[in-house]
Amino acid sequence: MSKKLIDLQHITKSYDGHTILDDLNLYIRENEFLTLLGPSGCGKTTTLRLIGGFESPDNGKIIFDGKNITNLAPNERQLNTVFQRYALFPHMTIAENIAFGLKIKKKSKDYINDKIKYALKLVNLDGFEKRSIDSLSGGQQQRIAIARAIVNEPKVLLLDEPLGALDLKLRQDMQYELIRLKNELGITFIYVTHDQEEALTMSDTIVVMNQGYIQQIGTPEDIYNEPCNAFVADFIGESNIIDGIMLEDKLVKILNVTFPCVDEGFGTNTPVDVVIRPEDVELVAPEQGLLSGEVTSLIFKGVHWEIVVLAGGYEWLVHTTQMHPVGSKVGIRVDPFNIQIMNKPESSDEKAVELDA
Amino acid sequence: MRNLKRQLFAGPYMIWIVGFILLPVVMILYYAFTTSSGSFTVSNVLTITHPIFFRALLFSLKLALVCTLICLVLAYPLAMILNNMKNGSQGFIVFIFILPMWMNFMLRILAWKMLLSNNGIINTILGFFGLPDLHIINTPAAVVLCMVYDFLPFMVLPIYNALARINRDVIEAAKDLGAGNITIFFKIIVPLSMSGVISGIIMVFVPALTSFAVSDLLGGGKVLLIGNIIEQAFTQDYNWNLGAGLSFVLMIFVLVSMTLVNSRDTEGGANVW
Ligand SMILES: Nc1ncnc2c1ncn2[C@@H]1O[C@H](COP(=O)(O)OP(=O)(O)OP(=O)(O)O)[C@@H](O)[C@H]1O
Ligand SMILES: [Mg+2]
Repeated sequence: MSKKLIDLQHITKSYDGHTILDDLNLYIRENEFLTLLGPSGCGKTTTLRLIGGFESPDNGKIIFDGKNITNLAPNERQLNTVFQRYALFPHMTIAENIAFGLKIKKKSKDYINDKIKYALKLVNLDGFEKRSIDSLSGGQQQRIAIARAIVNEPKVLLLDEPLGALDLKLRQDMQYELIRLKNELGITFIYVTHDQEEALTMSDTIVVMNQGYIQQIGTPEDIYNEPCNAFVADFIGESNIIDGIMLEDKLVKILNVTFPCVDEGFGTNTPVDVVIRPEDVELVAPEQGLLSGEVTSLIFKGVHWEIVVLAGGYEWLVHTTQMHPVGSKVGIRVDPFNIQIMNKPESSDEKAVELDA
Repeated sequence: MRNLKRQLFAGPYMIWIVGFILLPVVMILYYAFTTSSGSFTVSNVLTITHPIFFRALLFSLKLALVCTLICLVLAYPLAMILNNMKNGSQGFIVFIFILPMWMNFMLRILAWKMLLSNNGIINTILGFFGLPDLHIINTPAAVVLCMVYDFLPFMVLPIYNALARINRDVIEAAKDLGAGNITIFFKIIVPLSMSGVISGIIMVFVPALTSFAVSDLLGGGKVLLIGNIIEQAFTQDYNWNLGAGLSFVLMIFVLVSMTLVNSRDTEGGANVW
């Protein structure tokens, strides 16, 4: 693993008495694509602004490449930001926008011109040098904002929901584009989004946040397959989250039916949250299932059907490629391996979860 | 149908434009290019080449320029301070600035006359502290001082509005790209507030160039501006043709200066006239 490039230590930040971030600890490795993911207002932008130097923490330290930069002004930090609302300079042409940072660094004219060409090519907007900012669409402006940041060859690029304003198709194109850029340029990305799919597609590491607390840090696979609590499970993809009781190791009671599972170490008769992904619910004939119920809704989603089954008093969300008409009787089965058991939240930062979940 | 309705709504404005803008301009043009008996002439307009009139015009231009410059130098920092203040107090200070504008224009000039006159309040206070008297009443300095006082809000407000419209994001982006405060000021703040500066310049320069009341009351007859000469032509000599001719020349100067100032506008789309 490569070395730590940025290290946030015990960061606390509050606005007018409201604590936004409370004792946040997070490090980012060199060349990593790290994504901050969480619902609106959870403190993602605030975290990014602290790293960028636009806010200073009430408490804690920010270490960059071994040096304490907590009190350094933004223009003295070796990183660049792509802002949530583009923030292009409206009185300059596109070329002037891109050249801004390079002119400040007193680069030669030839160097700047080469860089502008190269950056515009990179974001697929060659020939746009002379255009004005208002003549661009939202997606094009976004790409210029990215070009303006990367020509400075920062060690770290901070991106605040850079694809938020784009439609689905363009967003997907830009996702690939960004990953390509990252690999080509070898810079570290800190990326903010509240779109879980985007986070799963692009990141090396995902940091799931809620109400100023980090809920889980891990690879996309970890976060999706082994969510550490009900909030993460709910936020990353759709889930059936059901109250259960862990009877003993490898046996959990859900909706008064005992399901075999693979988890151990929860003690006996412990209340837990049980998470089952909709694609892991198998629909079988009524007498073959552990539970049986009736289909109450059926929606075609393209690749699969989204079905709601009322069984045992709970509305199970099911993704399946087989059609089951509304009103038909079905049985429910779940592979023990696909049942996730989680402790109910206890500590104060986990309680934040409950409020939202 | 909808079109007809729209035209009906525009009706009153059309009457206003024709009655109070077009008609007076046409009348000025008519009088400017005719003799008192009604035959065509250019002599009214050419009177401006007469040394006294020409000097008055040059002097008016100079005073208006000085006044505009002083207003700009005072207003820009003021607008920046206003813009950097907390939201609550901002409104209050702007209000304080607008407050004198609610007083009658003539009253304000008369107040300055009282303040500045040789036995006036300022000299009484200066004398009380044993300081030398201030003799600026009846000089161009008094005229400029009063015009600056009168017109300063017209410079501050458009600049303040332009500054307030600059997005905080844009300034942060500049910082992010390595710009220090000086670069941010000259490369971002000044160009983005240019539309306000231009509005301000026009709103101060034009009334300063054409004013006659201030120089009348504070110049003591010694400060002769082109506005005073036009006023005298109309109200004392009853020579409407001469007055209109000189007004026409002044109008040309106003139009030319506005065009010049507007062509310096870098932002585009911010034309104020
Ligand atoms: N300058 C500020 N003054 C006061 N409160 C602020 C300020 N900036 C942010 N906040 C508050 O801090 C909290 C976190 O804001 P932040 O912008 O970090 O959220 P976010 O996670 O980026 O949300 P979004 O996804 O909507 O962009 C919010 O409750 C917000 O109201
Ligand atoms: Mg945000």
